[in-house]
Amino acid sequence: MTSPLLEVRDLVVEFPTRRGTLRALDKVSFDIAPGEVLGVVGESGAGKSMTGAAIIGLLEPPGRVAGGSILLRGERIDNLPPREMRRIRGKRIGAIFQDPLTTLNPLYTVGRQLTETMQTHLDIDAAEARRRAVGWLEAVGIPAAAERVDAYPHQFSGGMRQRVVIALALCAEPEMVVADEPTTALDVSIQAQVIALLKRLTREKGTSVMLITHDMGVIAETADRVAVMYAGRVAEIGPVRSVVKAASHPYSAGLMASIPPLSHRVEHLPQIDGAMPRLTAIPQGCAYNPRCPHVFDRCKVERPELLPANETRAACWLFDSHAPRERAHV
Amino acid sequence: MGALARFWGSDLFWSFRTTPTAIISAIVALVCIVGAVAAPVLAPYNPFDLASLNLMDAFNPPALLEEGSWAHPFGTDDQGRDVLSAIMYGARVSLLVGVSATAFALLLGVLVGLTAGYAGGAADAVLMRIADIQLTFPSILVALLVDGVARAALPRELHDQIAVYVVIVAIGISEWPKFARTVRGSALVERNKEYVLAARVIGVSPPRIMLTHVLPNVLGPLLVLATLNLGLAILSEATLSFLGVGVPPTQPSLGTLIRIGNDFLFSGEWWIAIFPGLALVAMVLSVNLLGDWLRDALNPRLR
Amino acid sequence: MSETVPIFEARELSRHFDVSRPALQRLLAREGRRTLRAVDGVSFAIPPGTTMSLVGESGCGKSTVARLAVGLYEPSAGQALFEGQDLGEARKSVAQRRRMQMIFQDPYASLNPRWRVADIIGEPIRAFGIANGGAALREKVGALLQQVGLSAADGSRFPHEFSGGQRQRISIARALSSNPEFLVCDEPTSALDVSVQAQILNLMKDLQRKLGLTYLFISHNLAVVRQVSDRVGVMYLGRIVESAPAETLFTTPRHPYTRALMEAIPDLDMAGKERQPVGGEVPSPINPPSGCTFNPRCPLANGRCRAERPALLAARGTPETLVACHAVEEGRDGFEGQRAAA
Repeated sequence: MTSPLLEVRDLVVEFPTRRGTLRALDKVSFDIAPGEVLGVVGESGAGKSMTGAAIIGLLEPPGRVAGGSILLRGERIDNLPPREMRRIRGKRIGAIFQDPLTTLNPLYTVGRQLTETMQTHLDIDAAEARRRAVGWLEAVGIPAAAERVDAYPHQFSGGMRQRVVIALALCAEPEMVVADEPTTALDVSIQAQVIALLKRLTREKGTSVMLITHDMGVIAETADRVAVMYAGRVAEIGPVRSVVKAASHPYSAGLMASIPPLSHRVEHLPQIDGAMPRLTAIPQGCAYNPRCPHVFDRCKVERPELLPANETRAACWLFDSHAPRERAHV
Repeated sequence: MGALARFWGSDLFWSFRTTPTAIISAIVALVCIVGAVAAPVLAPYNPFDLASLNLMDAFNPPALLEEGSWAHPFGTDDQGRDVLSAIMYGARVSLLVGVSATAFALLLGVLVGLTAGYAGGAADAVLMRIADIQLTFPSILVALLVDGVARAALPRELHDQIAVYVVIVAIGISEWPKFARTVRGSALVERNKEYVLAARVIGVSPPRIMLTHVLPNVLGPLLVLATLNLGLAILSEATLSFLGVGVPPTQPSLGTLIRIGNDFLFSGEWWIAIFPGLALVAMVLSVNLLGDWLRDALNPRLR
Repeated sequence: MSETVPIFEARELSRHFDVSRPALQRLLAREGRRTLRAVDGVSFAIPPGTTMSLVGESGCGKSTVARLAVGLYEPSAGQALFEGQDLGEARKSVAQRRRMQMIFQDPYASLNPRWRVADIIGEPIRAFGIANGGAALREKVGALLQQVGLSAADGSRFPHEFSGGQRQRISIARALSSNPEFLVCDEPTSALDVSVQAQILNLMKDLQRKLGLTYLFISHNLAVVRQVSDRVGVMYLGRIVESAPAETLFTTPRHPYTRALMEAIPDLDMAGKERQPVGGEVPSPINPPSGCTFNPRCPLANGRCRAERPALLAARGTPETLVACHAVEEGRDGFEGQRAAA
């Protein structure tokens, strides 16, 4: 087994507020292998975007990393001074956000933004940077790239802008990309184009991707492995097919079942009753216990770690081999 | 849970408790307001009681100076009036004019702003152009103009009687466009929100939608603007009175006191002008700082 | 046909918006007025007790149709009919207006943040004088809250105390409070998380069964539409390009755009599969392509498609489907060949 590119170990992110400190991420752990696409799914507020922000060192204050570590090729990057973190961001970790306008500077041409990024991080001259900028725009499917390189962001459509952002994230040839809801703001037909593009480019370059989205369809198509997050914790992590088709954790299973299928009509969609708890009211033990159909006493007291469960790892006491219970099939 | 308890636990009150500027401003403002409102009870003398005035007491220096006495902590003026008492009574007039003028501007601004923002189209264009035109004149000029017209149009005795109201209307008219613009801007945003559409679907009338749905949601920015504007209105009144076109000398405001004191500023009796001036600064500054704090506290992006 | 009168019918319904720049700028730039044809001649009918859905990408005009259907917009041309009566006329009567309601997309913007939940739900009850007296009103509000899965005590709370899904339930309770028969639902679940989306979709289906509601359902999500619809209209640039019973549409989509849309949706069953997404982007509705507006992106486009606007006609092979496509009409879409092969 190759050593992982990125290791996240027991990551804790806290927000001090007037009503006490809120724990937005609570001991989140996962790895990303070189060239791997890890999907991170969960409902809004589950902490998936926060995990991405912590990795690229862009947590919004007053949020802060309060525990655990993030390692890139074995080196800690969670405690770097802002200057060094800025060098890693862009050069070694690229970022793609939901809204391309937050990434692109409206005052500069896309060409200038690409060349500046490349010249900051790569040892190339201006002419070479410009040649490559045109090449990147071609690679992300911008028609007439040689002319469009001197256009400003507002002269592109939403889908085209997101293509430019992808070029910008990849142009310094980073080892991994954090893509936070990269297609959510786009229409379905454009979404498919952008996902296909991201998939092709990262595979060609061997770039790892952390793909954060609430769209299970996008994950199913794109990711190698999936982490399902719930209330700031990883509920389950495993190969994409296993999580989608045969999730072990009752929450992931419920989540997958509640997705309306395109292929047929169901009279009553399976639903998870209730809602994810707010950060101010995370229940003791397993955070999912009040909604879980398989809950038993231990779940209400003791928090489960990620345990081997069928083909995945799930944070659920149903899979504790040391204290076997009736193995409820979920 | 009572309204008071809810306020006590609210984010707004928490922000207040943790902002020293806000607390100090509130205390200063409170002292000013109590001193002004309760002047007849708290003031050591009644400066308008001619019988109690004694010219022998004129030009007594403040207590801090050697010749001064604590009988008149801030000294006395050319008529022998106690300066502290005059300030308290004067602040009363200033506050009355400031609050009334702001309330007048607020009412007019809300009415125009809501109409313009909700109705849109031609009504919006006409009302906002009027506001734009008025904003190109300095507000003090507008106030002078209104006052001048009132002076020319009204008989002299009548004008003296209602001079305070003329000042209130003059300042109010010069300030309404700011309120109208704020309300219109917020109303434009609110009227496209889905809760307004929901009310339109069931056929709630536009005036009712404006009052019950839109207005409660623009109160926040309005409150901030009104607080900041109160300071401005007090200053405008002081300016008008200083220029001699404000409140009549029989009811001197802080501005009037400063004007009277101005004559003696360089002849050694500086306290007659300086203490009313300081009172004005304390009042306006505390109100403005409170307004600034309120604006920041209510702005979700800054929290 | 001796059918019942449709609850709602659109006849060549259009809504145009003037998006010109101000007169002075227009004069300086020497350009004419610009019109956005948000909805351009749309026709459909919804029989009582059924769900008609409109799907399409952003800017296709589906939300404008929703607003036309409850009278928030006046039609620029064509007609909207409520039980055979002109909608504008019908809305003048309180008794008719009560019968139509709307559910919105954004559960954060659709409830007045300054109002208590009981007042929000009670607004239509008061406006239509449905319950007399405070006690009767409270009782009705409590019953509505329970009907949508909340508790009567929730009435005294404010919207910000609820989650997105709970707010959408409050929104539904408000819509139901005037005992309506026709509900226009504009993307009611697209702002919600999937597990909550399932709750709301189930609730809406239960309510339809219990109360005999008729829905006009607007969504961009084909999978959701499949779960709730009896009939589906696919919109592209202000027009319906295909309209069919839900089962027919999803098993045998006919219009090249419908097929492209379905192809574009990532499905859970497709893990790791490569797809060929449709190329190009939706053109500006201010200056749409001539003929069939889909022609620049269509693999089947020919000269006729670029010149002549196709009419919505019964499709060869699937007569229940109405489709606006020259290729289907001429049999150029290869549908009959595939069917023969199958």
